[in-house]
Amino acid sequence: MTDAAKLTSTDPAGDPNTLMTLTNVVKHFPIRRGVIIKSEVGQVKAVDGVTLDIRRGETLGLVGETGCGKSTLARCITRLFPLTSGTINFDGHDISRLSPRAMRPYRRQVQMIFQDPYGSLNPRRRIGSIIGDPFAIHGVADGQERKLKVQELMELVGLNPEHYNRFPSDFSGGQRQRIGVARALALRPKLIVCDEPVSALDVSIQAQIINLLKSLQSEFGLTYLFIAHDLSVVEHVSDRVAVMYLGKIVEFADKSKLFGSPRHPYTAALLSATSIADPDRAAARQRIVLHGDVPSPINPPTGCRFHPRCPIAQPICSQLEPALIPVLNDTSAHITACHFPLADGQHLPTGRPSIEQGGEKSAS
Amino acid sequence: MSLLEVRDLTVSFHTADGLVQAVRGVSFSVEKGHTLGIVGESGSGKSVCTQTLLGLTPGADVSGEALFDGHDLLTMSNSELRKVRGARIATIFQDPLSSLHPLYKVGWQIVEMIRAHQHITKSAARARAIELLDMVGIPQAASRVDDYPHQFSGGMRQRAMIAMALALNPDLIIADEPTTALDATVQAQIIELMASLQAELDSALIIITHDMGVIADTADDVMVMYAGKAVEKADQRTLFYQPHHPYTKGLLESIPGSTGAGEKLRPIPGQPPSMISLPSGCAFHPRCAYAMAQCRREIPPLYDIAGGHTSACFLPTTIVGIGPEIDEARAQAADAVRATDAAAALQNPGEQP
Amino acid sequence: MSISELADQPMPAPGDAGAPSGSVLGRSPWQLAWARLRRDRVALACVAFIVFLILVAVFADPLSHLIGWGPTQQDRATGTDINGLPTGPGRIHLLGADQLGRDILVRLIYGTRVSLVVGVAAALAAVVIGVIVGLCAGFLGPAVDSVLARLMDVVLAFPFLLFAIALVTVIGPSELLEIGVIAFFSWAAVGRIVRGQTLAIREREYVEAARSLGAGNLRIMVIDVLPNLIAPVLVYVTLLIPISIVFEATLSFLGVGIIPPTASWGNMLNDAQAGGLYQVAWWFLAFPAAALVLTTLAFNLLGDSVRDALDPRTERLFAK
Repeated sequence: MTDAAKLTSTDPAGDPNTLMTLTNVVKHFPIRRGVIIKSEVGQVKAVDGVTLDIRRGETLGLVGETGCGKSTLARCITRLFPLTSGTINFDGHDISRLSPRAMRPYRRQVQMIFQDPYGSLNPRRRIGSIIGDPFAIHGVADGQERKLKVQELMELVGLNPEHYNRFPSDFSGGQRQRIGVARALALRPKLIVCDEPVSALDVSIQAQIINLLKSLQSEFGLTYLFIAHDLSVVEHVSDRVAVMYLGKIVEFADKSKLFGSPRHPYTAALLSATSIADPDRAAARQRIVLHGDVPSPINPPTGCRFHPRCPIAQPICSQLEPALIPVLNDTSAHITACHFPLADGQHLPTGRPSIEQGGEKSAS
Repeated sequence: MSLLEVRDLTVSFHTADGLVQAVRGVSFSVEKGHTLGIVGESGSGKSVCTQTLLGLTPGADVSGEALFDGHDLLTMSNSELRKVRGARIATIFQDPLSSLHPLYKVGWQIVEMIRAHQHITKSAARARAIELLDMVGIPQAASRVDDYPHQFSGGMRQRAMIAMALALNPDLIIADEPTTALDATVQAQIIELMASLQAELDSALIIITHDMGVIADTADDVMVMYAGKAVEKADQRTLFYQPHHPYTKGLLESIPGSTGAGEKLRPIPGQPPSMISLPSGCAFHPRCAYAMAQCRREIPPLYDIAGGHTSACFLPTTIVGIGPEIDEARAQAADAVRATDAAAALQNPGEQP
Repeated sequence: MSISELADQPMPAPGDAGAPSGSVLGRSPWQLAWARLRRDRVALACVAFIVFLILVAVFADPLSHLIGWGPTQQDRATGTDINGLPTGPGRIHLLGADQLGRDILVRLIYGTRVSLVVGVAAALAAVVIGVIVGLCAGFLGPAVDSVLARLMDVVLAFPFLLFAIALVTVIGPSELLEIGVIAFFSWAAVGRIVRGQTLAIREREYVEAARSLGAGNLRIMVIDVLPNLIAPVLVYVTLLIPISIVFEATLSFLGVGIIPPTASWGNMLNDAQAGGLYQVAWWFLAFPAAALVLTTLAFNLLGDSVRDALDPRTERLFAK
């Protein structure tokens, strides 16, 4: 794990273009059993050593399937969860061990947009007070000034400022997500972590929110960490994309590189599995159907975590964890954690995986 | 004669807030061996349509006809309907966890399902259950048959649901958002599985989804629903490449990577309407860039565009497809009508709408 | 699935494209609940009855003056017959008299005052304690929770009636002590409910959102969690008041609550059963018992209605 960190290009923390650097971020959730005396019987290894850098003004897409740890990582970045280990460097400061009090100034600069437009707004509070929360918490503006600021924000995200006194239940999903965007934008943060911001919305509304996020980004120079499971959305919004599998980044590259020549078999499979709303292109693509399901993060496979589902796995894959490094003749901007990366244009066979957990050749 | 022929289906619910007109006069048909995709956003009435066919919308006001193999499902008694449901029409739901009983073994549930409709021994039914689980790709089916639903992963539960749906070789399978709760890689497995099983069994399939990508992968024919009405019906390729209705066009243009998507997405403005107080005329008119006076006054009927392609829109039937030039043609046509309307309004100021 | 999906379709706000204006916009969840409650005839009848009880309790003095008997005034002339047995309902004593010739109606009126004061005060005290403890237990993490949750378990495990009797015997009965005893044995139940709700609410995304904005524990507890607790707590209060009233009656019945000659429904019942008097004087037992039952019923039915009004989901799905 540590050599993976060292090998990822030059130290991005010193680069002035880097807004945030994650180094070996680990988040394990203990599983406790017992009624009165609780003993730890295991750990959910939700995030297990993630190293990433987020550049100023970019949209970094983070994709992965349910349970890969992408939402946990988002909550580590916004310090909703304490880290198990690793560091987070934001704008030149290590914020990974700050106390809640010391964290407050950074909270203004790192904001979050949540997935569920219904759950992320308190149903018992008025919209004006919800969007005004950041001002109230940080003591920025009061009374009439706060109201004006909130209404300005509402206008900015395409809500009618006259609806200041309404309740969340008066709004549709798309409008609620706009409320969430307004709240995140209130303190003019540098980084906004978008945790599946459109996946709960209807398609015609999704595009409204995506366009809104894009226009706000160019207007305020925002940096986005955009988390989604929908690859076509991520492809549309991102500059660079990281693919996560079972708590680890398996591939990280510029969007065009990642979608054009995926190196990791998982990336390739994910790309081929994404639904395309175009019958001809859908029929033309070579679909790699992975077998089996994502294993449990409590007891992840040894070596490369993808090996039990990987059609091209070799015995070494179950024994040695591959480092996240440039492979083949990629530049340092395209890193992959795979022992047998795919060459340009190489297709993944669709057969069943031949390596089982522990490296034994399976019978089937 | 089609296997299922639905004519002018209307479904409404009484709620505390008012009358919800969930489905407003929808007609469609499915042939044996064909897949019909019903696509629409939440509240479009797409699920209510098929739930009503199976008698799963108690308390609703239903009218219309749904001929399944010549018999009207809507007038069947409960006991007749029970014989049809499961045996001849099977359903696959979005959330397999809520459709599988958590306290019974998966295999037991399939066995009971078979034995409710067929007089075979327990052991024969069990053998059939194992065969089915094996067919839908559950590894070690012979031992997994005795697992409880919670021991299955999401994808495996959906496979088990499919196995259950296939247990009695149904003539029609209705899949309501079958992959929505699943991850992309698992979704791909399930879509592939459903396609291959349908080809094998030669049954008819109705897939209800909000995902145009699923439609592009599976459907032969597509019906697009908006606010309880079918706004456009066509075969799959026509719908994706030669859409007529501005809503269909708008849907395609707002999906990244779709046939209509450009560098910048062009979302449909506004919000979906409330099903209790629908806009007058065409329910889509408040969000439509080409809305004319007529659209606010009258509900457009389904016009014939080309063989089998119909669209509920007053725009000229000759303007189909996606792209800036065609949008331009649509806008010109709408402008021309608006100009005529304005001229007419000047002549008869009393009839100003 | 389908019906709820449709019923949950939010009403788009006017001014947006496609949105019809009008209907229920901008009303708070409380206003909506109140509107629903107003349509509920049972709830209105219960409210009317409770208001009537409150008026009776407040105006007990003028009422007794009007009736012409004091609460402890013994009518030796007409209240008891020559055998010393109480007289039944009639012109002089509307609801009859007790074994000392006291007017049952007047005593009932004063008993209403005791029941309401003790019931409401004890319930409110229990709710305040229960909400604070439950909120802290549910919100402040496992360490605080394990201490407070155990504490609640211990309180709930107490044989409360025995303990109450013992306590009152040692300290000596008084109204204040009675309120304290009832509150002490009721708060833990409230605390448990509040704790459970808080545990659920603190996992909601809006609490995460508040945290990510930098809000502290106290702010989140007061601004984000508390308003969402009001609904379940309100329901529980309307159910706790009749429980407290019955608790009060029980203690008084057992002679460890309100000290005679002050009237309470409980000690009236006690008087009635003493020496089997109720066998000859049914009114002695029937009227206090009826008052107790009707009051309890009114609060319980109101509690049900409040719950229905505050939980639109059930209402929307099943009401026509």
